[in-house]
Amino acid sequence: MYRQAKFSEPLLREKSVSQRVGYSLPEPLGEPVTIPHSLVRKELPLPELSEVDVVRHFTRLSEMNFGVDTGTYPLGSCTMKYNPKITEELSTLFSGFHPLQDESTIQGCLEVLYNLQEYLKLISGTAAVTLQPAAGAGGELTGALIIKACQKGRTEMVVPDSAHGTNPASAHMAGFDVVEIPSNDQGTVDLEALKSAVSEKTAGLMLTNPNTLGIFEKDILQVADIVHDAGGLLYYDGANLNAIAGICRPGDMGFDIVHFNLHKTFSTPHGGGGPGSGPVGVCEKLKSYLPVPLIGFNGKDYSFDYDLPNTIGKVHGFYGNFQVAVKAYIYAVIMGSDIRTASQMAVLNANYLAENLKDHYEMPYQPLRKHEIVLSCEKIKRETDCRALDIAKRLLDYGIHAPTIYFPLIVHEALMIEPTESESKEDLDTFIEVMIKIKNECYTTPDIVKEAPHNTAVGRLDEVKAARNPVLAWNQI
Amino acid sequence: MRYIPNVSEQELMLNQMNMTMEDLFKDIPDHLKGEIPLQPPMSDLEVSRKIEATVQKNKNMLSFLGSGCYNHYIPSHIKELLSRSEFYTAYTPYQPEISQGMLQALFEYQSLICDLTGMDVCNSSNYDWATALAEAALLCERSTGSKKFVVPDLLSPFRKRVLTTLAPDLEVVTVSHDERGHIDLEDLKEKVAHAGGVYVEQPSFYGFLHENLSSVGDIVHDASALFAVGVDPISLGCINPESSADIIIGDGQGLGLPQNFGGPLLGIFACKKALLRKMPGRVIGMTESESGERGFVMTLQTREQHIRREKATSNICTNQALCAVAAAMYLATMGRQGLKEVAELCMRNANYTMRKINDIPGFESPIFNAPHFKEFTVCHPQYKNVHTHLLRNNIQGGFMVNDTTAIYCVTEMHSTHDIDALVTALEGFHV
Repeated sequence: MYRQAKFSEPLLREKSVSQRVGYSLPEPLGEPVTIPHSLVRKELPLPELSEVDVVRHFTRLSEMNFGVDTGTYPLGSCTMKYNPKITEELSTLFSGFHPLQDESTIQGCLEVLYNLQEYLKLISGTAAVTLQPAAGAGGELTGALIIKACQKGRTEMVVPDSAHGTNPASAHMAGFDVVEIPSNDQGTVDLEALKSAVSEKTAGLMLTNPNTLGIFEKDILQVADIVHDAGGLLYYDGANLNAIAGICRPGDMGFDIVHFNLHKTFSTPHGGGGPGSGPVGVCEKLKSYLPVPLIGFNGKDYSFDYDLPNTIGKVHGFYGNFQVAVKAYIYAVIMGSDIRTASQMAVLNANYLAENLKDHYEMPYQPLRKHEIVLSCEKIKRETDCRALDIAKRLLDYGIHAPTIYFPLIVHEALMIEPTESESKEDLDTFIEVMIKIKNECYTTPDIVKEAPHNTAVGRLDEVKAARNPVLAWNQI
Repeated sequence: MRYIPNVSEQELMLNQMNMTMEDLFKDIPDHLKGEIPLQPPMSDLEVSRKIEATVQKNKNMLSFLGSGCYNHYIPSHIKELLSRSEFYTAYTPYQPEISQGMLQALFEYQSLICDLTGMDVCNSSNYDWATALAEAALLCERSTGSKKFVVPDLLSPFRKRVLTTLAPDLEVVTVSHDERGHIDLEDLKEKVAHAGGVYVEQPSFYGFLHENLSSVGDIVHDASALFAVGVDPISLGCINPESSADIIIGDGQGLGLPQNFGGPLLGIFACKKALLRKMPGRVIGMTESESGERGFVMTLQTREQHIRREKATSNICTNQALCAVAAAMYLATMGRQGLKEVAELCMRNANYTMRKINDIPGFESPIFNAPHFKEFTVCHPQYKNVHTHLLRNNIQGGFMVNDTTAIYCVTEMHSTHDIDALVTALEGFHV
């Protein structure tokens, strides 16, 4: 069994002691400056702590947190693979440079960005790549804005019912009406439904392949034809690229726009919520719509390229999450052609789980999956009253992070499991063993499951209360 | 492959499944499976040499750039604490019971930003200041129903471009400035009619401090629009946050994060409680466990994309969480006295430098006769040549807004020696 560290760690404000300091600064230069009276800050209610207080506080908090380095983290669609330490170390070499420095002084930074652009073009089969979007959803919005700019007068974006929530949200932010189409009984795009959904209003289709069930959309070329024949563009949500990187390419499947989650497929850490990075690749005819600047290379020098006549503008204050791009680049260099092995092993691991769990949990739709599997706890719920949520919480007690739950929406009581290539056979076997054990607990000792977790820093939290009476800062306590 | 343990077990696993690797990929049509000309893998030593050689192509310069990305002191323990892999290798805390560390740290970030800005609520981060501005404009539209959004003419060109890109359906109108750079109140009265929101920055992009923001706030509110203010959070150590603001945004990069060539940054987004349900982004709330223990969860998720899909208040999912934790560590370290001191240090160093430059024949600094925080304008009729002259002296001058003007930034990081080097180099410029 697992036991997470548990500290009754006070809030910073509760730890504050008057006059205590945690910093040191040099003497200022010149004469004191007089700040106009109306602008002078009278009260600054920040806590007062020593360096030791701060270090212990955040060290304790970190011990009450679970990361990939702690253990198995099969969060579906999030691709929680191991983050190599060398990429962390080497990326800091670039930390001191300013984004507005003269081009002649930042050739190294530009070289990394240029090389990453080229690499992502190659791996996706696209003609040009921007690294500016700061996260996957930022990439989706960038793509949707490109579609809007070149598809004037077309108002609808088609999205399957199995899509990530960010797809309809990004399409809506770009000003599209979202048209949702149902999946067929194979769990893939229903071609007839797609045909009847597209029209002269269709600007595009946003699709994940493999989709959120982990199923490869084998009719992808027909899907592309239907959308293209209607005058629409095909958008690839790259959240699931980890299944196929180095094996096949979205560009070859007919996708016109592709976003990448560098914090998934390219192994940059997710930082407990971010920063991520969501580059976007496009086919040749859409290159001129990309945000400015791209990074150009004339064979000798690297430079910012603002010459994009149809550009949608800018989607980040500077060039996106540069440090994340550096880490992804280093990962890509280390992996080289082994990126193909990573995809193969991610798929092998997912199917190994499917093979060993399919007799214990329901697995709707066809058995062959790519990088992730979706199980249903519907039968267990009906028979034991234990829900997917309870099973997820119980996994925490065994030192395994829960899968994504209740997603995709088309599977009831869903557990969406993505082991990634990082998990060893022993870790997978432990996961299988624990999943079977929890299922048995649902039938024999359901209260243990329904009251889980028991071994984490805190027991099950009241999320309803949090939403009903929001306390969002310590001054509201 | 050192990151993929099962390479050595694959035959065993496949045999157990009675499958081959080809079987696992038989659902992908063969003609889509082409050979991609990727490079061979690299060892750690080889990649280190390669990356170190690439870094050498950059030049380390004495720099006076700011304009949205700043060089501030980062105490060593912040870097150390951020490298705790329990934080940085975690995903968004979807399972709160096993993620209390991140959730409490983010709750503390929200709390510290509320204390710093005087706002009621704060989200747990946007991507950067520029995208936070676009989200603020969209929040004004959602709240008032008006697509008109007023911004100052002295606005960062980058932020303005991001605003018009990400909110293409809004009508962005600029308000002009008076001879001190301040918002022209007469022009504002005209432009604010039927607007959903008005945005100003304190300090301005040109570094000066507005002294008429409460009048601006009155005009904005009289017209039933919302008042959004962009801030440099370091300045709030000694400058009052504008109390009439409904929304305060800014960039928290200066709070414990390196420049990193412009990213990751930290979009600060705080507002009045009345706007909470329409606010974009993830929010952390305090709650209790079934046994009554204090705990933290992501809350008000019914505003968000994974629940509301196209009806969400924003599409944001992954944000800049670790950067927000860095800011919390920084603000906790500096505390009330330290942040005041660092703000005063910046202001004093910058004003000292500004006066020194203004004393050099041919140079004028600043353009606007107003108090300045840590940035200021330097003018010279041939500024472009000044820029080149400085580069030859291994100095990166300010950000050129046009051929005769650059925006300089001086912080606590600049020593007397650095400022003397700049002044000497400028004195050595001859037409």
